[in-house]
Amino acid sequence: MTDTTAVAPRQSPLASLLRHSRHVLAENPVTSFAFALFLLILLAALFGPQMVPYDPLASNTAQTLKPPNAQHWFGTDQLGRDVFSRVTVATRLDFFIAVASVALVFLMGGLAGVAAGFFGGWIDRVVGRIADTIMAFPLFVLAMGIVAALGNTVQNIVLATAIVNFPLYARIARTEANVRREAGFVEAARLSGNANWRILIGQILPNVFPILVVQMSLTMGYAILNAAGLSFIGLGVRPPTPEWGIMVAEGAAFMVSGQWWNAFFPGAALMITVFCFNLLGDGLRDIVDPRRRT
Amino acid sequence: MMTLIIKRAAMAIPSLIGVVVVTFLLTRLLPGDPAAYFAGPAATPQAIQEVRVKLGLDKPLIQQFSHYVVDLAHGNFGTSLTTGQPVVTELRTRLPASAELTLLGLLVSIAIAVPLGIIAATRPNSLLDHTCRIVSTAGVSLPVFFTGLILIYFFYYWLGWAPAPLGRLDVFYLAPPQVTGFYLIDSLIAGDPQTFAAALKQLVLPALTLGVFSLAPIARMTRASMLAVLSSDFIRTARANGLSNWTVVITYAFRNAMLPVITTLGMVFSFLLGANVLVEKVFAWPGIGSYAVEALLASDFAPVQGFVLTMAAMYVILNLVIDVLYGLIDPRVRLEA
Amino acid sequence: MTAPPALCVDRLSVEFRTRSGLVRALDDVTFSVRRSETIALVGESGSGKSVTAYAIMGLLDPAGRVTNGQAMFDGIDLLAASPKQLAAVRGRQISMIFQNPRTALNPIRPVGRQIADVLIRHGKVPAREAPQQAVEMLRAVGISDPGRRASAYPFEMSGGMCQRVMIAIALAAKPSLLIADEPTTGLDVTTQAVIMDLISDLATERGMATIFITHDLALASQRARRVVVMHAGHVVENAPTADLCAEPRHPYTAELIAATPDSAASLDDLAAIPGSLPDLRRTDLPPCRYSERCPRKTELCAQPLPQTAVGAEHIVACWNPLPAHVPLKLAIGAS
Repeated sequence: MTDTTAVAPRQSPLASLLRHSRHVLAENPVTSFAFALFLLILLAALFGPQMVPYDPLASNTAQTLKPPNAQHWFGTDQLGRDVFSRVTVATRLDFFIAVASVALVFLMGGLAGVAAGFFGGWIDRVVGRIADTIMAFPLFVLAMGIVAALGNTVQNIVLATAIVNFPLYARIARTEANVRREAGFVEAARLSGNANWRILIGQILPNVFPILVVQMSLTMGYAILNAAGLSFIGLGVRPPTPEWGIMVAEGAAFMVSGQWWNAFFPGAALMITVFCFNLLGDGLRDIVDPRRRT
Repeated sequence: MMTLIIKRAAMAIPSLIGVVVVTFLLTRLLPGDPAAYFAGPAATPQAIQEVRVKLGLDKPLIQQFSHYVVDLAHGNFGTSLTTGQPVVTELRTRLPASAELTLLGLLVSIAIAVPLGIIAATRPNSLLDHTCRIVSTAGVSLPVFFTGLILIYFFYYWLGWAPAPLGRLDVFYLAPPQVTGFYLIDSLIAGDPQTFAAALKQLVLPALTLGVFSLAPIARMTRASMLAVLSSDFIRTARANGLSNWTVVITYAFRNAMLPVITTLGMVFSFLLGANVLVEKVFAWPGIGSYAVEALLASDFAPVQGFVLTMAAMYVILNLVIDVLYGLIDPRVRLEA
Repeated sequence: MTAPPALCVDRLSVEFRTRSGLVRALDDVTFSVRRSETIALVGESGSGKSVTAYAIMGLLDPAGRVTNGQAMFDGIDLLAASPKQLAAVRGRQISMIFQNPRTALNPIRPVGRQIADVLIRHGKVPAREAPQQAVEMLRAVGISDPGRRASAYPFEMSGGMCQRVMIAIALAAKPSLLIADEPTTGLDVTTQAVIMDLISDLATERGMATIFITHDLALASQRARRVVVMHAGHVVENAPTADLCAEPRHPYTAELIAATPDSAASLDDLAAIPGSLPDLRRTDLPPCRYSERCPRKTELCAQPLPQTAVGAEHIVACWNPLPAHVPLKLAIGAS
């Protein structure tokens, strides 16, 4: 009789990661919820402008400061613009700022940190000195200073956020690179003839990425709060562009006299989005390294 | 003990130097003409040129830097365009307002977060523990200016308990004679309980806003640290020796758990200094944060530079204090220094 | 007429809930200690000796649960006692000392204060006199210059000194029973002997009963009058020391003796114990947890464990114990 037992196919790393993720999501309803929420926000960011009932920039003097009702779910602001439309459309901008900041700081901080940990020597010292100098400032104050110096544009907000988070990413990346360097990855790779840069990008960076991914989710939340905070004090995006932070700023004065919807809905959107990213970060931490759960 | 302080102070000096250099570079290496920034948006080309010469902006960078440092050493932070006053004077007058607010906010935060963290750690996985974690995560997600506005809406507009968010004192009251600049302290020194009460009333909401903001990291760190300490060997010994629950949890566990919490306070203070700016805007608080923001919006650059420098210097000094405090509590650090 | 036992542990069973299953750490553990008696609880790592002590003292990890049994001390069952009753006992009537003395002491509190805390807690002296009394305790455990040392921190002291401090703390309230969990592990050989002498002397002086928990059978046989051998959460043999060492009846005990450097004539004779501890998470554990690695296994061994009395005070939990009066070499490997 022929042996009919089949050999189980060896799972690719991606397949085992997905299976592990599904397991964690099943065990952890909170993370699943955060994931679902994240998808909702992503949808709003991608398709929001097409789907909103009103033009976010269209003012209507007959309809100023109306509380939430059937036609205007979130009410109207002081120029008669529909708050719901503005809040939804603003998702795209805030989401973009978050993603761009995080991508930039991953590249800047990740590469610098990995190089510092891998090569050591003067690169390590320079990166360390830069990181220390940045960390000597209260972070929001530094972001204020950078945006004030360079000008109120979205690009500068993204840059300021990236700079302010640079030390953290550099430090994490450096530690991981150091560990890998000690662990003999490097010797093995060198022995097989790989140039330094190839080792760096091919071996070390992919290993550092999962650990940074957790931090990136948290940084996305921070980036949005940062941008909103800067916009709130007038240093961020300029009106009439819909962005959650300036919407809260514009609505602040009315809140004091009882017209709460103007500032409340963009603020709530901020909170829910950041909350989602934080929960997601915690969940990702469980997927990536369950030992580090707090 | 002294050696510890001196050592830590020495380590703070490179940070201070870095701060001075960066604030210098922020203004000099701007795209565009720095002189135009300092002259203001309404200046004529001639006025800009005058400013350029006056501020030495036509000289080589190194020379500019040495002038800058000398000026700083003499306490000269430049002059504000909008008010015509020396920046350092205005900063000095406004600093106590910010300090009083931030310190009170931090106190509120610690008073709530630390007991919450301790209780959550002593009852892991209980309802209270889960509530603590959710509140922490939510707290971290709330934009601080939003919290302030919500609090105003509920406590001022809706309930009428809090006064109007119009600054440090209601219009009817005069500031107490200046001793420290802290209204709470000065009014007590002057023996004026009504002013004390009035100042306190104005402080409640903004301090609470800052407190809510910094609640999360402190509660989280306290809980994590307590959990780690409570499962350590020496706690088991303490329990085996029959020490009371209070002694075990507070005298033994908490004092050890406090160490990482104190280190976290440094980071929390960094966030608070930033949040301060936003809270001052919401509550019309006359501190250095609102000073900087007003100057920024008027494109008045010298106050902003002075503000960033001051904040950063305060932060460096604060971290130094925290390091020393850590040494006071942990004899291992003190005796190995 | 022998005095009633100070501590009587009867059919103690403990389980731990872990992520990978339920660990049946202890099963029907029974032994007793008389007043002023010194016994030793011996077994390899993982045999459950420390868990037994923790269960008695109420120091089990939150994941652990006592599922059965009693621990009678002074008329109360410690396992069912209220927190108030336990508080009256812990540190006051029963004390415990641990291994790794440096980590077992509060690192940021002077050792004198730690002793004083216990003195004050158990009402032995008024608070004002506690510091002075603490210094006296340090002197009693053989620490030189106790006045100065009382304000030192654990990290400033050697391992041996820290263990002395722990003994001082444990004995401060003059307990009638001391549990010493591997008190000399991690200390150098000379210090080990000194510490063991100290404990023995203090026990004799105060008429204190002692339970030594150790994996070192040689140490146990030197210091204890009676040895209780544990394996995988079971008590397998309980006998006066002389009887146990001369005539071990349980196959595991014989293997343990053979694995002890003292008893072997040369290193060549040192035998490793075959097999390893069974996985205590298994739901199909045999009634005798040694049977799977035992050379003397028979069909009888599928029955629940007996408690066979093979001598005046000698109990063995085995269906096929080693015959009496058999030389050790033959005892090992005999079936």
